[in-house]
Amino acid sequence: MAFTSWADFWAMGGYALFVWLSFGTTYGLLLGLWWYSKRQHNNIQQQIRAKAAREQRVRQHQEKEK
Amino acid sequence: MWGSMFRWLDPYAKPETLYHLCGRLLPYLMGLALFTLLLGNIWGLAFSPADYQQGDSYRIIYIHVPSAIWSMGAYSSMAIAAFIGLVWQIRVAQWAVLAIAPIGAVYTAIALITGAAWGKPMWGTWWVWDARLTSELVLLFLYLGVIALAGAFSEAARGIKVASLLAIVGVVNLPIIHFSVEWWNTLHQGATITKFAKPSIDPSMLWPLLISLLGFALLLAALTCLRLRSQILMFEQHRPWVRQLVDSMAASHQKEQN
Repeated sequence: MAFTSWADFWAMGGYALFVWLSFGTTYGLLLGLWWYSKRQHNNIQQQIRAKAAREQRVRQHQEKEK
Repeated sequence: MWGSMFRWLDPYAKPETLYHLCGRLLPYLMGLALFTLLLGNIWGLAFSPADYQQGDSYRIIYIHVPSAIWSMGAYSSMAIAAFIGLVWQIRVAQWAVLAIAPIGAVYTAIALITGAAWGKPMWGTWWVWDARLTSELVLLFLYLGVIALAGAFSEAARGIKVASLLAIVGVVNLPIIHFSVEWWNTLHQGATITKFAKPSIDPSMLWPLLISLLGFALLLAALTCLRLRSQILMFEQHRPWVRQLVDSMAASHQKEQN
């Protein structure tokens, strides 16, 4: 352990701003990318599902018309 | 020769197989990435000794060096995928270009931002227009260019081809980034670990750095898997296998709701 207390740890030997700015933006950007990719995947799945459901409704309707 | 060499890869060029392979790998890759990333970073942040010259500011190294190295590693993979996609017309390789580009862009942005936050206390400035920093900024623009070009054509296949071409041409920037610290006078220090000599860093600092390096690599692989799955679904949505997949998903979705 390189630090003697939590306060010591957060202070980062006087470099707190630079160290925590770095780690904060890094994890912020990585989480953002993960969330964005996850949402994109869900959106695509949903779109395909909606399209399939619509096609099925159209097919059912056409069968009823006959 | 090429045929027999790559025959074992053949089944993975089939989108359906790759989609399921990525799905199976994803949880393991993501779990391992998270574990190694946190292990390496917490070790480096709290347990490694402070640097005798830079004090605790040097701890930025545990994200700066891995993100910088893999910003170039991601670019190499993207360019290789682009080359395979253009020359052999393997569609999953073309989609991999789209999957990797945003990850590489984020890694590059992280390398630039953490570099600025490290440069301010050590060099006295957030930014200088020197060879290393400028060539890394060019890398960010290359990634953004690939992403923009891929979406700039009404015909998706055409956009991917033009973007792939840019990705391949941009490879010339990689050696420039790597050797910039040797070819030009620069504020940036030379290589610490990516050289054919003993690393110029103490083992107590090297181990957490190597683990963080592995963490960023695993995260790159995991995010590529996740994003490649989306690309495959999007471009294959009219194929029967996607329809079957969606039907079974809809069924389980309904079961959850009931």
